[in-house]
Amino acid sequence: MFEYAPAPESRSVVDLKPSYGLFIDGTFVDPTDGGSFKSVNPASEEVLAEIAEGGGQDVDRAVRAARRAYDEVWGPMPGRDRAKYLFRIARIVQERSRELAVLESLDNGKPIRESRDVDLPLVAAHFFYYAGWADKLEHAGFGPDPRPVGVAAQVIPWNFPLLMLAWKIAPALAAGNTVVLKPAETTPLTALLFAEICQQADLPPGVVNIVTGAGDTGRALVEHPGVDKVAFTGSTDVGRAIARSVAGTRKKVTLELGGKAANIVFDDAPIDQAVEGIVNGIFFNQGHVCCAGSRLLVQENVADRVLESLKRRMAQLRVGDPLDKNTDIGAINSAAQLARIRELSDAGAAEGAERWSPPCELPDRGFWFAPTIFTGVTQAHRIAREEIFGPVLSVLTFRTPAEAVEKANNTPYGLSAGIWTDKGSRILWTADRLRAGVVWANTFNKFDPTSPFGGYKESGYGREGGRHGLEGYLNV
Amino acid sequence: MRRLRDMTATATSARSDLSELGRSETALRTFLHGLPGVDQVGAEQRAAQLGTRSIKTTAKAQAIDLAIRMVDLTTLEGADTPGKVRALAAKALRPDPSDPSCPHVGAVCVYPAMVPYVAEVLRGSKVHLASVATAFPSGQAPLDIKLADTRAAVAAGADEIDMVINRGAFLAGRYAEVYEEIVATKEACGDAHLKVILETGELATYDNVRRASWLAMLAGGDFIKTSTGKVPVAATLPVTLVMLEAVRDFRAATGRQVGVKPAGGIKNTKDAIKYLVMVNETVGADWLDPDWFRFGASSLLNDLLMQRTKLTTGTYSGPDYFTLD
Repeated sequence: MFEYAPAPESRSVVDLKPSYGLFIDGTFVDPTDGGSFKSVNPASEEVLAEIAEGGGQDVDRAVRAARRAYDEVWGPMPGRDRAKYLFRIARIVQERSRELAVLESLDNGKPIRESRDVDLPLVAAHFFYYAGWADKLEHAGFGPDPRPVGVAAQVIPWNFPLLMLAWKIAPALAAGNTVVLKPAETTPLTALLFAEICQQADLPPGVVNIVTGAGDTGRALVEHPGVDKVAFTGSTDVGRAIARSVAGTRKKVTLELGGKAANIVFDDAPIDQAVEGIVNGIFFNQGHVCCAGSRLLVQENVADRVLESLKRRMAQLRVGDPLDKNTDIGAINSAAQLARIRELSDAGAAEGAERWSPPCELPDRGFWFAPTIFTGVTQAHRIAREEIFGPVLSVLTFRTPAEAVEKANNTPYGLSAGIWTDKGSRILWTADRLRAGVVWANTFNKFDPTSPFGGYKESGYGREGGRHGLEGYLNV
Repeated sequence: MRRLRDMTATATSARSDLSELGRSETALRTFLHGLPGVDQVGAEQRAAQLGTRSIKTTAKAQAIDLAIRMVDLTTLEGADTPGKVRALAAKALRPDPSDPSCPHVGAVCVYPAMVPYVAEVLRGSKVHLASVATAFPSGQAPLDIKLADTRAAVAAGADEIDMVINRGAFLAGRYAEVYEEIVATKEACGDAHLKVILETGELATYDNVRRASWLAMLAGGDFIKTSTGKVPVAATLPVTLVMLEAVRDFRAATGRQVGVKPAGGIKNTKDAIKYLVMVNETVGADWLDPDWFRFGASSLLNDLLMQRTKLTTGTYSGPDYFTLD
């Protein structure tokens, strides 16, 4: 046997402080009415740092700082000058990408291979892309002189902490808005390092403010009367609450919520690549992906063969230390998320679906869940309807293309979908009928800053990325 | 692929079913074109992803020794002389004269005319003697000459024959013709192992690589090999991935294991390790052996030796410390 020796990425590139304050008006400050909480490494449960929890007054300070920066500096600044700051941020992100990638893996639990090869390149690409728009907004298709909205309140999730920050901050700043961003309570560290990058880039104070905290901090931010725009990525339940709380106000809202994507494999699919796509669709980032291909719909005449290949491939997945460069699947982000994955998986087994995981040793400490598939799943099972947000795949079969489309669309969500077939006409036929914001053909989980991303139905509204992503940050 | 699975299920009839395929052009075509397609983007992406594995310390040492044992140390030049191939054979036996723990390579690979000189040196050793044959590298000769070429090489002492397929016939869709040439060459080989060179650089698509792999295996090839090394595109990771998937599926269908040999363009240790990672994660430990996986290479061996010395001594030696062939 060919055993890979441990190949850990060095932690020494990261300079962790014992505690972090709130980043308001260009400096780190202590909270006035908030407390503090700890951020832990989910792979070891080791405490990484003490993080300030922003209270109502802290949120108010941050929104006022953002308003002042908007009125006095960033709003009046010509687009070409805003672009310079964004380009500078993008370059610093690239220069410090190793440090950011290691920190992301430490705080989030995702494998360094992904933070290094996926998250960080996309973060830099987003800033570069929107930097290019800053002086060309009149050509974006929103009228001759589109104006920014003002102060944006942005609340982001823990699955792609820095990438979601980039998706929110880059278009907002390019369009001329200032922001107050609240990172998720389990993954605040890369946002705080990003605050240092803003300082390093000489970004004017108040343009970017980072207020850390949990749900209450987020609520205070979203409900603050000084906010003109709310952007949220996270669960559908919280998204609903936000939509309710801003109803009847002048605030503009974009929501990017949950998903239960169908990954459809037809019988003429390139099987080996489809299996790679299935694995990438559900096990990428431990399945903590809103657009994960969590429902595999496979044509019944190839189901046995696809499942056999899939199981053989899953046995090759390396679960363990996120900082090891050969790790494929890292740690589950939090104890709470692990409990939710366990609960839904147990429900799947209790409802009669057949559960399978490859033999794999999980570490003793930290939050871990083996890659799992359920076969014999029906549309009525909870694991086919509810978002698990973990490395758990539900396998369903179909007989005709029409049945595949019907099953794929039979969900309250509509964020993404995948189609695997060698036949171009079938790709187009199927994609036309799928009610999902993103449809991938013969690939999955591909992202690009030029491509709009967003959902149908309960997966949210508004688009992020591309020219379309500017709309939410312009007064149009 | 339902058909394939059914064949697997009926284990004993499986072999006869597949051997029947070669009797009819239509049956061969139907079978080869019924294999699942290969998505080019996906295959290349998977190969690139496997290339990011980080193989260090003990794993690297293990991989280097395995790679040395898998090298088909090759010289295929018009300028080859008896003296040069004797030196190469001596190096194959003891790649690093200063370190007796260094393993010998898998085989020496030369033209038929050079086989007798190599045979003298290798006699009594475990290093195999491979000869290219069948009007290598173009294969553009009448069949009886190709077969005579093969018989001559075996008679002179080669125990492995590297043949080239008739790419013109393959690309024109005359699969039975290609099949029959391989069958005839295999017969001419006698006890010698047959490696079938697909010349993937001329096959243009991964679908063709998969079909040619199956065709060569159906016709009785013991190994499938990527390239002659004489056309601009030689072995690549994605091509090798497709071939590894083919031998894996072929064994599942027939029970017979076939080896894989990427050849040409693999020049350094880093590349060789990428191939070993791919073997490990695509077909598994059963193929991680010189009997089932080889590198067709010449300059690769010296880089493996340099890296090996670096791992054992901690310092890099200059290229002057390794013999040039």
